[in-house]
Amino acid sequence: MRSRRINWTVTILVALGTLFILFPLYMAITISLKNQEDMLGSVFGLPTHWRFENYAEAIKMTNFFQALGNSAFVTIATAVLTLLTNSLVSYAIARNMDRKFFKGLYFYFISAMFIPFPIIMLPIVKLTSGLGMTNLVGLTILHTVYGLAFNVFVYVGYIRSIPTALEEAAKVDGASTWGTFWRIIFPLMMPINATVGILICLSTYNDFLLPLIIISDQDKYTLPLVQYIFQGQFNTEFNLAFASYLLAMLPMILVYVFAQKWIINGVTQGAVK
Amino acid sequence: MTRRNSVFYWMTIPAVLLFFLFHTFPALQGVYYSFTNWNGYGHSYDFIGLKNYFYLFQDGNVWNSYWFTFKFSIVTMILINVISLLIALGLNARIKSRNFFRAVYFLPNILSVLIVGYIFNYLFSNVFPIWGANLGSETLAGNILGSGKLAWIGVTLVAVWQGIAFNTILYLSGLQTIPTDIYEASNLDGASRWQEFWRITFPMIAPFFTINMVLAMKNSLMVFDLIVALTNGGPGRATQSISHLIYTGGFQGGEFAYQSANSVIYFIVIALISIVQIRFLQRRETEMS
Repeated sequence: MRSRRINWTVTILVALGTLFILFPLYMAITISLKNQEDMLGSVFGLPTHWRFENYAEAIKMTNFFQALGNSAFVTIATAVLTLLTNSLVSYAIARNMDRKFFKGLYFYFISAMFIPFPIIMLPIVKLTSGLGMTNLVGLTILHTVYGLAFNVFVYVGYIRSIPTALEEAAKVDGASTWGTFWRIIFPLMMPINATVGILICLSTYNDFLLPLIIISDQDKYTLPLVQYIFQGQFNTEFNLAFASYLLAMLPMILVYVFAQKWIINGVTQGAVK
Repeated sequence: MTRRNSVFYWMTIPAVLLFFLFHTFPALQGVYYSFTNWNGYGHSYDFIGLKNYFYLFQDGNVWNSYWFTFKFSIVTMILINVISLLIALGLNARIKSRNFFRAVYFLPNILSVLIVGYIFNYLFSNVFPIWGANLGSETLAGNILGSGKLAWIGVTLVAVWQGIAFNTILYLSGLQTIPTDIYEASNLDGASRWQEFWRITFPMIAPFFTINMVLAMKNSLMVFDLIVALTNGGPGRATQSISHLIYTGGFQGGEFAYQSANSVIYFIVIALISIVQIRFLQRRETEMS
């Protein structure tokens, strides 16, 4: 019979399973703090001398703060721009699904989810360099535009569940369509905005392929791109490489520690919708 | 009334134009170039009809990349779904500090695929061989990423390590939608745990199974970052995925038009698989419920 007591067997199994998740991270952290002698010594042991200088060296070598600034700019700008524009587009579509034009748009956007990026990848490089968009602003615009395919799908489903009564009342009071959206509908969309915002931040911050093909100027590298470019220079200095990897992941891990419940809920909602 | 209508058009038109310019237009360009022999940087090119497509079917590197990508995707999809369902069942049981464990299992999902790949790259060359040697296996005492036969298994293991995070959370949220009184009824009927799982739990989470299978398959078919970080397609071309072949051939190999044709085929394959998968799994869902 099912009892209210804690099932210790399963608790222990679940706890043992986390070792598989945590082991690579344990290795990354200990190696990032080792000196060259420790690197040659015990592989699994803790560092005999905690060498925090590795982090200072990695920061200097990879110009970490510049890359962090670039990643932060692209991630935040993409999130803000996405929330403001994609929600508006989805609102117009969701409230006019009975009209051919908007219904057509809906299927136009969501069918793009089936188009794999490589088919766009080769021509988009020519296009962006022709338009002078091989920079962080260009990257932000591309992320925002490509997000439409998935975001319209998620947003439209949500907006259609909001009753139209409020909008009709506002219309009677003489409010404009724009005003109605920003003052009434947008605030009601906050739960789904959180979901979209979290997914956009995760995918933009960790994205590697788009910066790889768009960005050529070293001052504009994002964090994942920096790790790729510096692979050759880290050479056998794995302690420096690991310090650099951890620094690149740290901002997202910190956000995760504090907003873990939000992030998990957001990601789940995005998938179930 | 007409003014109000036009506002809705203005809300969408800028987005449509931008989406067309940066998504649809390049995709059409890709299709257009696939009928040419452009190398990607020269000034002139000729139309060669369907020749690129004929060459694709005779190209060993292309077949090789499809073989690797499918082998990798199918094994990854199955392993991810089995393991994450087991973990989700564990997390859904009456365990201590469930929220903490849930947070740990989800952690890999927020990490960069590329960096995770680099960390595992080190583990494969410096750590796992120590265990392999302790087990007394000569194959496992080496770096399996350096072995033409085993490298794909290494790539699969890392993809599974990271992929289970997302699917576990999705299964868990599915399990939490099942009302507990159903189980109480089945307990009274004397159903075993095994029967209980297949008769109650699994049918109830069937929609989540569908989402998870489709998402895991689609993500695996697109694999790129992980290949760059772990093997760069090697040794030889043993772990070259389709998107990696399109990237290297298209940008570095002067095969712009040829790889455009490859990406058109890739698009058709992905679209067909997604449609077939969704149809098939949805039919199963309705049969079970």
